[in-house]
Amino acid sequence: MTIEYNPDDFKSTEIGPGYKSLLEVSDLSVSFVQYQKGLRQRVLKVISNLDISLGSGEILAVVGSSGSGKSLLAHAILGILPNNAICSGKILYKNELLTPERQKKIRGSEITLVPQSVNFLDPLMRVSAQVRTAVRQGNPEEAQKKIFRRYDLSEGVGNQYPFQLSGGMARRVLISAAVINGSKLIIADEPTPGLHPEIVTETLNHLRELTDEGCGVMLITHDISTALQVADKIAVFYAGTTIEITPAADFHGQGQALRHPYTKALWQSLPQNDFTPIPGFQPLPANFSEGCLFAPRCGKITSECTGSLPVMQDLRSGKVRCHHAT
Amino acid sequence: MVNKSLFKFIVNKFLRMIILLTTLCALTFSLVSHSPIDPVQAYIGADMMKVSHAQREKIEEYWGLNQPPIERFERWGKNLLHGDLGNSMIFRRPVIQVIGERFWASIVLMGLAWVISGLLGFIMGIVSGMQRGKWLGRLIKWYCLTLASTPTFWLGLVLLIVFSVWLKWLPIGLGVPAGVLSADVTLGDRITHLILPAMTLSIVGVANIALHTRQKMIDVMASDYILFARARGESGLQLLFRHGLRNVALPAITLQFASFSELFGGAVLAEQVFSYPGLGQATVQAGLRGDLPLLLGLVLFSAVFVFFGNLTADLIYRVVDPRLKEAGDTV
Repeated sequence: MTIEYNPDDFKSTEIGPGYKSLLEVSDLSVSFVQYQKGLRQRVLKVISNLDISLGSGEILAVVGSSGSGKSLLAHAILGILPNNAICSGKILYKNELLTPERQKKIRGSEITLVPQSVNFLDPLMRVSAQVRTAVRQGNPEEAQKKIFRRYDLSEGVGNQYPFQLSGGMARRVLISAAVINGSKLIIADEPTPGLHPEIVTETLNHLRELTDEGCGVMLITHDISTALQVADKIAVFYAGTTIEITPAADFHGQGQALRHPYTKALWQSLPQNDFTPIPGFQPLPANFSEGCLFAPRCGKITSECTGSLPVMQDLRSGKVRCHHAT
Repeated sequence: MVNKSLFKFIVNKFLRMIILLTTLCALTFSLVSHSPIDPVQAYIGADMMKVSHAQREKIEEYWGLNQPPIERFERWGKNLLHGDLGNSMIFRRPVIQVIGERFWASIVLMGLAWVISGLLGFIMGIVSGMQRGKWLGRLIKWYCLTLASTPTFWLGLVLLIVFSVWLKWLPIGLGVPAGVLSADVTLGDRITHLILPAMTLSIVGVANIALHTRQKMIDVMASDYILFARARGESGLQLLFRHGLRNVALPAITLQFASFSELFGGAVLAEQVFSYPGLGQATVQAGLRGDLPLLLGLVLFSAVFVFFGNLTADLIYRVVDPRLKEAGDTV
């Protein structure tokens, strides 16, 4: 992975004093170099001009449908994108630039990932042994036993292989492996897919506990109701970029407090609201246009929308990327 | 629980082996009985003109060829149950002795090729999987693809031309030097005669295992659990040794033990090219000269040999992969 930086980026950061910023991502783009027929290459941009920020003690939910590039955002922050990925833009962790070297040093310790499913565990290794491999300081066995006690996992569970775990147990093992080094920034990538509601709530409570201890949690999910259960802020992801960042409280009523037409449509499409879908599909990265990526499905489309990608602008204690935001 | 399921597993396997062997014998027997090769003619060869009809009938009677095939098969089967594989027609000795002798020559050859190609193939597969897209990875991939489409006998001939004819480093064939008393044959002689056939078999055997290991390595490195391990700060060789090897080893083990059959097939060709006096060469002779007892003995022997190869793979699988070993416990 290569990261291209503009030297001017180092000169100033917009974060004022007193703001306990943990993570600041600005203008992040991720592209992939692909081979087409024969030796012809093409560069496929999957994340473009993305901005988000996360403070300590805060849960930011990144919400978007499948294929919108949410997981890649997590991988870009951790520095574990595949080799053919090109990453540009700026990621600040604790107000310092997160370079590939720094990413390598602090991933697994300061920054950690809570993955999606039991498939993220080595199928041929006992659970306790895997959790121990993550330990950076002190006695790995002690640390593993301690974290298992915290997440209510018996010693017997440690001796099992991933395929023997139940859904809820697997979830707690994954969290244990992720937070065993007392990480400050926790990126949870779809931590609750297809789980029993009780287990979802349990998992979300675990994340809440971690923020109460001063961690920042980035919760990546496609399920807006999961996000609303715990999140403080919600970043709405569409076609590889954030189109709106809003306090979770703005999701109420008819969605009148929301800023972007897509966010409003998303809210209104939920079963407990109007249950009205909007026509069309999210564009694939190969078909990304110059202008606003939501324009083809938007009711407020003007010539301005198809011309250029709107910039992120502040609006009512949130941010929105729309020429006609209200 | 584990032992009980293991016992059941092995008994099951053996039952299958018995069915397999019975079918195989019947099939071989009927194929050879219908083959146009006349064992008497094949045995006597050019002197056939000098053999009178009466003499011929005597030989047939001596070998029991005048009896109907079913009866002969029955008698052979009964003797087999008593541990008697009969006498080889062309070697005029008990089949069991011929096989025993040839087996030792072949097992050294095949064993050597098996170990070398297995280790080399596994290592090459891992390297090319990790270096995918880089020049070393591509080099190994192309090398393997070329080898995978190379016939064993052709490679044997090429090696013979290079090392025996041009460079004159190694003997051109046979298991021991020609014209030397068997008492005077040294271990060195035996080894120099072994090198070319073993090299042929090893070089050809590498491709299969290397290509499969390479693909598995690529799959493992792209897997979710490697991603999570990287997110936890693991990298490079640590990833390979901690998570890679064990997961990659599974298909390699299967292939390596399942390749017993290919090894046998390859040995037939390699031994033929190098006139190496092993099982493979004996099989060719038995087939060409209608030596039914020897051929049946060899078929039985090679089937049992391949069967044990596969059984070993199954058993090792249970040790390496906990999903097979412990699945019995939880259910």
